[in-house]
Amino acid sequence: MLHFSNFKITGIALLLLLGVLFALPNFMREETRLSLPGIIPSGTLNLGLDLQGGSHLLLAVDTDTVQRERLEDLTSDIRLALRGERIGYSGLARVPSGVSVTIRDNGDMEKAASVLQGLAQPVTSSVLTSFEQRADLSVENTEGQTFVLLVTEDAIAARNTRTVQQSIEIIRRRVDELGTTEPTIQRQGEKRILVQVPGLDDPERLKALLGQTAKMNFHLVDQSVSGYEVVNGKRPPAGSRLVYTDTEPQVPYVIRRRAMVSGERLVDASVGFDPQTNAPEVNFRFDALGGRKFGEVTQANVGRPFAIVLDDKIISAPIIQTAILGGSGRITGNFSVEEANDLAILLRAGALPAPMSILEERTVGPGLGADSVAAGRIALIVGFLAVIGFMIVSYSLFGLFANVALIANLVLIMAVLSGLQATLTLPGIAGIVLTVGMAVDANVLIFERIREELASGKNPIIAIDMGYSRALSTIFDANVTTLLAAIILFQLGSGPIRGFAITLAIGIVTSVFTAFVLTRLLVSLWLRRQGKPEALPI
Amino acid sequence: MKTLKLVPVNTSIGFIRHRTIAMVLSSLLVVASVFVFLANGLNFGIDFRGGTLIEASSESAVDLAALRGRLGALDLGEVQIQEFGKETDVLIRIAEKEGATDASNNLSAVEQVREELSSDFDVRRVEIVGPQVSAELIQTGIMAVLAAIASMLIYIWFRFEWQFSIGAVLALVHDVALTIGVFALLQLDFNLSILAAILTIVGYSMNDTVVVYDRVRENLRKYKKMDLAELLNIAINETLSRTVMTSVTTMLALLALYILGGEVIRGFTFAMIWGVIVGTYSSIFIASPLLMLLGVKRDWSGTQVD
Repeated sequence: MLHFSNFKITGIALLLLLGVLFALPNFMREETRLSLPGIIPSGTLNLGLDLQGGSHLLLAVDTDTVQRERLEDLTSDIRLALRGERIGYSGLARVPSGVSVTIRDNGDMEKAASVLQGLAQPVTSSVLTSFEQRADLSVENTEGQTFVLLVTEDAIAARNTRTVQQSIEIIRRRVDELGTTEPTIQRQGEKRILVQVPGLDDPERLKALLGQTAKMNFHLVDQSVSGYEVVNGKRPPAGSRLVYTDTEPQVPYVIRRRAMVSGERLVDASVGFDPQTNAPEVNFRFDALGGRKFGEVTQANVGRPFAIVLDDKIISAPIIQTAILGGSGRITGNFSVEEANDLAILLRAGALPAPMSILEERTVGPGLGADSVAAGRIALIVGFLAVIGFMIVSYSLFGLFANVALIANLVLIMAVLSGLQATLTLPGIAGIVLTVGMAVDANVLIFERIREELASGKNPIIAIDMGYSRALSTIFDANVTTLLAAIILFQLGSGPIRGFAITLAIGIVTSVFTAFVLTRLLVSLWLRRQGKPEALPI
Repeated sequence: MKTLKLVPVNTSIGFIRHRTIAMVLSSLLVVASVFVFLANGLNFGIDFRGGTLIEASSESAVDLAALRGRLGALDLGEVQIQEFGKETDVLIRIAEKEGATDASNNLSAVEQVREELSSDFDVRRVEIVGPQVSAELIQTGIMAVLAAIASMLIYIWFRFEWQFSIGAVLALVHDVALTIGVFALLQLDFNLSILAAILTIVGYSMNDTVVVYDRVRENLRKYKKMDLAELLNIAINETLSRTVMTSVTTMLALLALYILGGEVIRGFTFAMIWGVIVGTYSSIFIASPLLMLLGVKRDWSGTQVD
């Protein structure tokens, strides 16, 4: 146990050197760190949001809306297809994740079956790994002359995936506009998106930006009936519906259902100021097709009002003064500069494919984060000194060896965390402090064993040897149990708790190395100089 | 140099002889914990109950009554305000509204509180957990604790014998029960980090128990004819010094965290300190005496010494 070949010693020394190298950037100033040559590691500990301040938002994408839209489309597809083939039908109705339709004439059944079957498309998705192309619809003749068309599981999954991916893309564009550093946006589970933005002063603005679908459309106002008449019970004309303004008090308008131009045709939006009133406004520009369409409609409706509808609220309902032919226009609502700016951001980034709701928010201000770092550092230093002192008092020279191992352990933890670019959280710091207390356990086990062997009359060198070898299996079993707990903790945890599990797990592995291997090397080197000691300073 | 020995050499305390006292005491404590838990329930934090938590700090000492009045006027439902560490800091908790499905209610509540406090407070932390997430956290939390205990059960069974694994796991259940009991009794905030502490306690307590068990196994091979009670007692006494040493170093580190580590992790450290005390006690007084009750295999001649 006490023999170390030079090869082994070099290996241990190299490992420690590597540890120092990886841990060192954390103690350098930013400029020095960045001027390091490429081969020297320059990564530092990543501080978690709870330490550097920032916002963590968990969003749920309402994919049900998208599926509902799909069923609406399917219903009208069926209607068109059957009418196109002059097949009589009745009872076109929604069933759970599908549509059912009854064919009137028994003679049409075969034709109907093939027409309906023709509506099915192969599922296009990156999720499916098999080469087999599956259909997005299953068409079944359930009873009598009734067909049920069900959207397949594959199609639902593929559509949900696409919706979430598109949402992530839009969110990224919106968050990027805030100009913060290194936001993380990732899919979590099937329908959720995790957004983490470090160092944000105003999470309310972020939430406002993320909480809106930002679907903008331009509709003509139906002037055959006034909004107030409809509010008081009159039915709006077919093809028109009632929408309110987003102002206080709300003003009702009746608008045409069909959009004159869809917001998808927007290519740019920016903040401007009204040259006369100097009020903030949003300038926008359509693509070629949208511009032409907008030009045609405005030309035909000069003098009439139209409504700019954002997420089912009218933000502006101006009168068309002249035909707008250039493909660009402006929205003058009652905006503050910030509101105008945010609207421009939303329009530039595009609409979300589905509404989103916020499930969870955790925001830490930068002040609290800095306080936590300071408190954690003090606790670490004090806990560390207390343990070091106690070990020396208890085991004298051997205690000193254990302390060297403890310092090496801290360096290695820091090195692994920096190397893995793992995130250090406040519970993570707690994990390190706890490791300081528990890391010496392996040495305590070994030293107590050595004392026992000495007490039973063995000579010092044999006692040391047996102390290490006999304690090994105990050390192994004891640490595996803690490691198991850490792994389960990692599985369970989100953010900060994960940080704790990571530092705990790393600390367990490094502490076994430093306590078992490094102290043994130190003891062995000490023995080489001592020759054969009569008694041990333990 | 004379070294400090917290446990003198050749200590021989009759732990096993007094096992009935320990067993009765522990059983009573576990029953009491279950009773307190059923009677008081846990003071679940927003992680598990949903709702909003706001930490705010002011330049001067906070008049809690006045603040309660100001926030009460906002009509946000159930609002709790308490001092947080210092008299200039407060923790505001807003309960989940009945029947909510996402966090939208809480979001508007936060906005209102932010606005109300903007003149004289610095909002340092906001946590909002919607009902969907909190329900999941409860579920994963319970699963995690059960999975941790089950994995220990299997590991010890694998490395030792089934009697050891039952004994160790009963000791674990004892530790977890007592920790939950103390949180129910003192009505301390029970959040996700307390759950993390409980899992760490599971690991730590197991660590302690394994060290004693390892020695028991070694002695079972060494003293084939010795009375089991005496054998267990020797194993506990032989490892006692280590048990105490490690508890002390861990406690030193935890006390440093508890006193200096800041208010945010104080609940976590409290749970850990409690867990180290209970875990150390159980591995001496519960885990080994349980081996007496369960009876262990005495013939270890066929097994390898590793």
